[in-house]
Amino acid sequence: MAEKKIVDGRGSFCPGPLMELIVALKSSQVGDELEVLSTDKGSANDIPEWLNKVGHEYISTTEAEGVWHITLRKSK
Amino acid sequence: MSASKICVVVVSGSLERLQMAAMVASVGAVSGQEVVVFLSMNALPYFVKGNATKAPHEGDMGKLMASKKVPEFKTLFEQAVELGEARIYPCSMAMDVLGVEQEGLESYLQKATGLTKFLHDAQDGQVWTF
Repeated sequence: MAEKKIVDGRGSFCPGPLMELIVALKSSQVGDELEVLSTDKGSANDIPEWLNKVGHEYISTTEAEGVWHITLRKSK
Repeated sequence: MSASKICVVVVSGSLERLQMAAMVASVGAVSGQEVVVFLSMNALPYFVKGNATKAPHEGDMGKLMASKKVPEFKTLFEQAVELGEARIYPCSMAMDVLGVEQEGLESYLQKATGLTKFLHDAQDGQVWTF
């Protein structure tokens, strides 16, 4: 059963949230959904770019009160 | 996927340059690109075990970074190795000048290498200099 993990990168700057996501992906299963929280707008732009390049499924980005929520699925 | 090799030469001891070099190395490495880093001149002393000296900033940006939660350049270099299999080589000449042995350097660094080997390594890659 796939689980949803929260990766809290709030307060960190690029590429901090991306690195935290990669650490979380290492301990996740294919099919798991992850949600990255970031207060850094650069990371909100960069993470989908990275997902596309590396080949994980990018689901969505939403912003609420200065926090970006980037949702994705581990695909490999 | 483009897999062209990224070769990063770091000679500066300034915070901004070390930071940018570490960002290129870590993001490149975790994006599936082969990354080779060569540390020499003023950059090498920061990788001597136990050296907690903070890199001086060149300008306002570095000053700002130091006051915010920006990932430390040494952490990023280490993540480049651990998460992305980057190879970081200390320059043997700089080690000789500093009088430091391999055991005196951070353990995530590769064995000391000279320019001849690095230039050979860099032949088929893009070279980024900081």
